[in-house]
Amino acid sequence: MNRIRRMISDLASTAIAILREIFDEAAYARFLSRVGLASSSEAYAAFRQEFEEAKVRRPKCC
Amino acid sequence: MNKTLAILGWGTVALLGAVAVGTVAMQRGEPINSLWLVVAATCCYALGYRFYSKFIAVKILALDGLRATPAERLENGRDFVVTNKWVVFGHHFAAIAGPGPLVGPVLAAQFGYLPGTMWVLAGAVFAGCVQDFVILLFSVRRDGKSLTAMAKDEIRPVGGFVAYVAVIAILIILLGVCALIVVNALKSSPWGTFTIAMTMPIALLMGVYLRRIRPGKVLEVSALGFVLVLAAIWGGQYVSQNPALARLFTFSAPTLAILIMVYGFAASALPVWLLLAPRDYLSTFVKLGTIALLGVGIVALHPTLHMPALTRFVDGTGPVFAGKIFPFAFITIACGAISGFHALISSGTTPKLIARETQTRMVGYGAMMAESAVAVMAIIAACVMQPGIYFAINSPAGVVGQSPAAAAATISSWGFPVTAADMQALAHAVGELTLYNRTGGAPAFAVGMAHIFSHSLGGETLMALWYHFALMFEALFILTVLDAGTRVARFMVQDALGHVYKPLGRTSWYPSILATSALIVAAWGYFLWQGVKDPLGGINSLWPLFGISNQLLATVALCVATTIIIKMHRAKYAAVTLVPLAWLVAVTFTASWHKIFDSNTRVGFLAQARALAASPAPISGATAQLIFNNRLDAAVTGVLVIMVTLVLVESLRQWMGILNGAKEARVKESPFVRTRLVEEQG
Repeated sequence: MNRIRRMISDLASTAIAILREIFDEAAYARFLSRVGLASSSEAYAAFRQEFEEAKVRRPKCC
Repeated sequence: MNKTLAILGWGTVALLGAVAVGTVAMQRGEPINSLWLVVAATCCYALGYRFYSKFIAVKILALDGLRATPAERLENGRDFVVTNKWVVFGHHFAAIAGPGPLVGPVLAAQFGYLPGTMWVLAGAVFAGCVQDFVILLFSVRRDGKSLTAMAKDEIRPVGGFVAYVAVIAILIILLGVCALIVVNALKSSPWGTFTIAMTMPIALLMGVYLRRIRPGKVLEVSALGFVLVLAAIWGGQYVSQNPALARLFTFSAPTLAILIMVYGFAASALPVWLLLAPRDYLSTFVKLGTIALLGVGIVALHPTLHMPALTRFVDGTGPVFAGKIFPFAFITIACGAISGFHALISSGTTPKLIARETQTRMVGYGAMMAESAVAVMAIIAACVMQPGIYFAINSPAGVVGQSPAAAAATISSWGFPVTAADMQALAHAVGELTLYNRTGGAPAFAVGMAHIFSHSLGGETLMALWYHFALMFEALFILTVLDAGTRVARFMVQDALGHVYKPLGRTSWYPSILATSALIVAAWGYFLWQGVKDPLGGINSLWPLFGISNQLLATVALCVATTIIIKMHRAKYAAVTLVPLAWLVAVTFTASWHKIFDSNTRVGFLAQARALAASPAPISGATAQLIFNNRLDAAVTGVLVIMVTLVLVESLRQWMGILNGAKEARVKESPFVRTRLVEEQG
C-alpha cells in the first residue's frame, strides 16, 4: 500500500515538475536563485525581460 | 527465469501487434473499431522503443553515461540546465507537438484510414523517431549546436546555408497554411470567432495577474484562463443566436485573412508580451489538456471507424487534395511520421537540458513516438465520421459544386452517400450555418472530436460545445504558432541581414524590426491570400508545398546524421539513417516533380498556369494573379529541390571520400569530459 502511495506521489511530483518547466515557472525560480531576489512584480518583470529574448528565438514545431 | 519471462512478454506484445496490424490492414467492407488502431500503435511503439532504439543506442551511437553533457559542463542556470529526464521529455514533447500531426492525417484520410495509419506507425518507428534521437545525441556531443551549424561543420558550408534557407521557407509556407486553416475554420462562424476574440482580453487579464497579483504563477493563471475560455465558448452560443452580435463576429475569408496578417505583424513588431506570453501559456495548457482528453476518450469510448480502409481516391482524383497515394499520402502526413522541423528542436533547447547521454534515447525517440500517437488520434477523429460528411466538409466548392444540393449529389456519386439535409442537421447540431467547403482539416477534426465525445458525454445537446471547444483549441494553438513563428523568422532574417548592414541585425533597432516583420508577414500573407482566393480551396496547393519543404528539411537532417555515423566508423550501420533518407528523397523528389510538371491541372502548378493562360476568354486580373501564383509555387518547389540536391551531392562526396580513404573521418565533437553527476545513469 505504501509503495503504491509513494509511486502515485512520485508520479504527481514528476508531472508537476514537467508542467513547471513547460510553463517557465522553473526558469523563474532559477532566475530568482541566480540573482538572489524574492518573487515580486519587479523581479518578474526583470525575469521576463531577460527570458523573452531567448524564448522568442525558440522555434515551435508544426 | 527473468530472461524467459522477458521473451514470453515481448513475444506476446509482438503477437498482439501482428494481429492488430493484420486486422487493420486486412479488414475490408465492414467498419473497424478504433481500438485495433490503438493496440497496433501501442505494440509497434513498444517494440520499436525496446529493440530498435536500443540497437541504435548501443551499436551505433554507443551512448556513454559517463560523458558529461553540455547541461553539466556549461551549466549557467539559463540555457544550460541539468534537468530531470521526464521533465526534459515533457518539455521536448510540448515543443514538437504542433498542428501538423493533427491536420496532415485528417487530410490524408481521403485515401482511407489504412495508408495514414501504416505510414504514421512505420514512418515514426523507422524514420521520425530515429531522426529526432540521433540529431539530439549529435547536438549533445557538440555543446548543443544547431542543425545548421552541424550541417556546416560536418558536410560543408553549403549544408548550413541550405538548412537555413529550408527553415525560412518552411516557416513562411507553414505560417501561410496555418493562417489559411484558421481562416477556413472561422469564416462565417460568429461563435468560433467570438471565442477566439475573447482569448485576447483573457490573455491580457492573465498578463496583469502574472505581473501584478501573483508574479510567476503561470500554471495557476493558465488554469484560470482555461476556465474563462470555457466560459467564452459557452457564451459564444448566445452571440451566434443574437443577430446583432452575430453580425459583429461574422467575417468573410478575405477579411479574416487581413485581420490575421495585422495580428501577425503586431505580434512580431510590438512589445506585446502582456498579451502574447499569457496566450502562449494558455494555448499550451489547452493543447496538452485536449491531447490527453482525446487520448483517454478514444481508449475509453473506442468509437467505430466509418471511413473504409482504402478509398477510390488512391488513384489521385481526391477532392481534398489531388495526387496519387504515392507520394502524396507521405507528403501530406508529414509531422506525424517524420518532421524536419523536429531536428531544429532536437538541436535547440533540448540538448542543453539533457543530464546524461543515455537519456537522449527516451527524450528523442520517445517524444516522437508520443507525437506519432497524436497523429493516430487525428486519423481516428477523421475516420469516425460518415465518409460523405468528411468529404462534404473537406472538399472545396470548386470541386464539388457551389450549392449544398450539388455538393451532396457529387459526393454521393462517388459512393459516399450524404444529403443536403444531413449536412444542414449537422451544421445546426454544432451551431454553424454551414459546414460545406471548410477545407484545411481543422473543422473536420473538430466534428470528429465532437462526434466521439458527444456520444457519451452530454449527447447531442453538448455536440456544439464540443465542436467549438475543439475549434477553439486548434485556432488558438495555430495562432500561437503563427505569432511565435513570425518572430522566429524575423530574428533569423535580422541575423542574416546583420552580416550585410550591421544595424539591421540589432533586435532592438525599430526600423529593422518593422522592416523585417513586414517582410515576413508579407511573405506568409502572400501565401495566405493565394489560398483564400484559390478556387480549389488553397489547401490543395499549399499543404503539399509545406509537406515537401518539411520533408526536404528532414532530408538535410538525415544527410547530417548519416555523414556523422560514417565519420564515427559505423558505416556498416549507416542504413538506419540511409534507408529513411533514400525513402524521403524518393518521396519528396517525386512529389516535387508532380507538383511542378504533372499534366493534371489539379496537381501540376505549371499545367494549371498553362490551362489558365490558354483560356479563350480575355485574362482578368484575378486569373493573371492565379497564373503568377502557380508559377511562383513551382519556382519555390524547384529552388528547394535544387538546394537539397546540392546537400545530397556534397554528402555523397563526403561519404565516398571517407569510405575510400581519400578523406579523414574526423567528427567535430566536444572533447570527452567525465561526468561528476552521481545520480542514476538514465
